[in-house]
Parts: sequence; C-alpha cells; structure tokens
Amino acid sequence: MNAGLHVTQNSAYSVHELDSPNGQVIREYAAPSGKIFAVTWHGSWAPDLRHLLGSHFAEFQQALQSSNGRAAHGPLFVEQGNLVVELGGHMRDFVGRAYLSDQLPAGVRAEEIR
Amino acid sequence: MKPRRILVWLALLLTAGIVASCGGGSSHSNSMQPIVTSGSNVQTVTVNAGPANNYANGLFTTVTVCVPSTSTCQDISGVLVDTGSYGLRLLTSAGGGALTLSLPAQTSGSDQVGECAAFVSGYTWGSVNLADIKVSGEQASNVPVQVIDPTFAAVPADCKDGGVPADDSLQMLGANGILGVGPYAQDCGTACTQTGAANPALYYGCNGSSCQVIAESLTQQVQNPVALFATDNNGVIIELPAVSSPQPSLTGSIVFGIGTQSNNSVGSASVFPLNSSGEFSTTFNGQTYPGFVDSGSNAYFFLDAAATGLTVCSDNSGFYCPGSPTNFSATTFSSATKTNVSFTVSSADSLFSNQADFVFNTLGGPNAGTFDWGLPFFFGRNVYTAIESRTTPVGSGPFWAY
Repeated sequence: MNAGLHVTQNSAYSVHELDSPNGQVIREYAAPSGKIFAVTWHGSWAPDLRHLLGSHFAEFQQALQSSNGRAAHGPLFVEQGNLVVELGGHMRDFVGRAYLSDQLPAGVRAEEIR
Repeated sequence: MKPRRILVWLALLLTAGIVASCGGGSSHSNSMQPIVTSGSNVQTVTVNAGPANNYANGLFTTVTVCVPSTSTCQDISGVLVDTGSYGLRLLTSAGGGALTLSLPAQTSGSDQVGECAAFVSGYTWGSVNLADIKVSGEQASNVPVQVIDPTFAAVPADCKDGGVPADDSLQMLGANGILGVGPYAQDCGTACTQTGAANPALYYGCNGSSCQVIAESLTQQVQNPVALFATDNNGVIIELPAVSSPQPSLTGSIVFGIGTQSNNSVGSASVFPLNSSGEFSTTFNGQTYPGFVDSGSNAYFFLDAAATGLTVCSDNSGFYCPGSPTNFSATTFSSATKTNVSFTVSSADSLFSNQADFVFNTLGGPNAGTFDWGLPFFFGRNVYTAIESRTTPVGSGPFWAY
C-alpha cells in the first residue's frame, strides 16, 4: 500500500498511523511485544474490514449472522468472545475501531483507542 | 368575474392549509410545533413497520419514478426517507422489492455502470439507471439512481471486503428503497472522479458479470434528487409530531426547499453549519464528541455502556436495555450556535414487547465516541437539512437547523 506512516509511542503501546491514498486514516495499536491489539479507522469511505481484521474477519462475519429481531439501523456494535468491533458514521464519513479485549496491555482502557 | 372568484378561493384554501394551526387538526405536537400539511412542495411521510413489517422507527414515503421523458411510471411506496445518505436507491422485484419498471441503464463506453454503495451496517449493490423522479409537485429529470438488484453482475471483492452484509433483499433492507436527501448533492463527490488509488471504488463498469472500478463524473454519480429539482432545491425539512409513548404509526411531512416558499422559512430555528466530515459537535458530561443528525438511523445512537451507564441488550447488541427509563441531557453545537437536547432511553426489549408498536421515542443504542441523533430526535422538532453550496436566507449549506 502506498501510504504515509507515522509512529508514536508511550510506555504501554505504540501507535502506527497510516494515511492511505484515498484519505483514510488507519491506526494500529501494538503492544511492546509487537502484537497488534487494536485498530481504528476514519475516512470518507467504508473500511476494508477483511484487511483490517485479518484473521478475525470470519469471526466478525459469523457474529453478524447471529443477530435477529428488530434491527438497529445505524452504527454496528459486535462483541464476539474477546473481539469487539464498532462501526459508525454515515455515508461519506466512516469511523470505527476493533480491539481484542483480553489483549489490552495492563492499565490501558478501551476509551484510549481512537 | 367567475374565474377570478375561483382563484381567490384557491388562494384562501392554500393559505389556510400551509400551516396547520395549533387550534385545530391533529398533526401538531404538544409543544405547538407547526407542521405543514399542504403545498406543491409537501409530501406525507409515515413512521410505521414498513413493507417488510418489522422496521422500528422507519420513516417512509412514496416516490414516483418514470422512464425519462415519458409517462411510463411506477409509484414506489415504502421508500425510507434518509437524511444520512444521498440519492435514490430502489430494490427490484428480484430482491423482493417493488420496482418492476425497466429504467434505461447508465453506460460507460460499452459497459453498464454498477455501484457498490456503502452504508455503515450494510451495502447496496446494483446498476446505475436513469429516471425522472416525482415527489409531491416536485420533479427531477434524467436522474442517476441505483437499482439494487441481487441478479446484477457479481459483487466485486472490494465491496464484500467491507465485511458488512448486502442489503439486497426486502428482509435485509426493510424498505422498497432509500430516498437519500442528506446535505450533499452526490453520494461520492470528487474522489470518484479520480483514477488510481485515490478512487474509493464505488463505481464500476460491468461487462456481463465482470466489473472494474471506473472514474465517474459528478453529474453521472447517483444524485440527491432534491438538488436537481427546478425550484425548492436547496434542502428539505422533516416535520414530525412529538411522541410520548410507543405507538403503531406517526404521520408528518417532508417539505422541499428552505426559505423558498411561504411554507418553508427557517423562522427561529438555530442553524448548525457542518464541518468537512459532515458533522457537528455534541457535549455530554463535560466531554465533547463528534455528532450528526440522521433520519435514517432508527434510535439515539450514542457513546457506550461505560460513558452512559446503560446496559446493551443481551439479545440485540444494537440497542440499550437499561433497567428503567433514563434521562439524559446534551448540548449540540457548531460555531456560535448551541442547543440543549433532553432525551430518555428505555429498554429496547420492553419497547419491542408490544408487537403492534413501531414508533419509539426512547429507543437508544451504542455508538462509541459519537452521537448519532437518529429518528427519535426528529419527533416534535422540525429539522432542516441544507445541501452543500446551496444558498438559503440563513446562509449556505451544508447545515442542519432546528
């Protein structure tokens, strides 16, 4: 991917920010071990979740199929085991994040992942 | 003299009908909010179960589509009125929808143009076709629309990789179509006119079942039909009465144009300009979050369990299920304009327990880090949505006012 990359770091994790050619900003959160435990996205276009969720993509899609009853039309909140995926925004502005709740480094709260 | 007398009578009738007074009629709110019920720029809208008979807080209307420049037309009822998207999309009968009229295809060279339109929780796939669109007395001619059709060319990988489901059936879409009347004139904008990696891959040229991303000019993109009306083309007002408890249905109006007629002036409404993301801000418990107003979202979707103290429903993670109704207050703001909004959230499980109800003023759900002021926000509040670059007596769009 032809993207700009910026890295910021604190004691608990480092954030890799990628600015993609179509204007999407993607942030990967990596633990000191190097393991990615969260990813966020914001841009005018829908995210490529197959790419962003990697090996967790199938898990996410399975969780979607299990919902029933009167549907929420708007954002999407999926919690499947330790995987949390949140899709928000509207046409021409998409925002969201995914994280593994059991992989957050000690002392890191989900609210920090933006 | 006789013709003149008839004209005078007509003028009186029109004047009387423009604003339903608070003294009579049933289409006004408890807070005496006036709701326009007649005029050539006024169309009835209804919140009800919709054509799939399962939609909570779905705002529907009827749209007439015609083969361009002909009187070959079809009325499509059960079309969702959505201020959070842009352009008309209709589900074909092949997908269980109402559209049977054959509309001419838009082409790119020898290919037929297809589109993958992404919504947050689903996508629509199908061809781009041309139609004359009629709603109330307004008409837009030769408009690119999306025909949602599961039998059109194979869905491109880029479209599926979004991971959200295809809204390609009546059951999934819950509507016969979507009338996108939000604050933009096209569903993509300049990005889709570009080639290469900057193109977000919404538009495709399809040869048989095989589709490739194409650059699509602004005028060829699926268009907000309001922007193409001859008059009253700078935005819309959604006018719905206040709701105090769950009910089966609710009737109101969509009024076309802002400050273009005697029945669509902004009056004392506060004007909120949008930022480059098409949003404004909302302050809640001392924190500021991005926010937006969207008739196509069916609840107050805001923040999360930690920030609100509300539990997410165990059987439906899209909604909140607090133990008892919970009151909230937030401030919506943009530039110098600020307005307090009070609202209540109660358990979706208990709201949905009466199968006959489809209008819910206290339906809420999670939306981490953001406020999505969905349809309940519109109850008892006339909400103006002005289109980008269009002028109105209170400034240029894009803005919301209420």
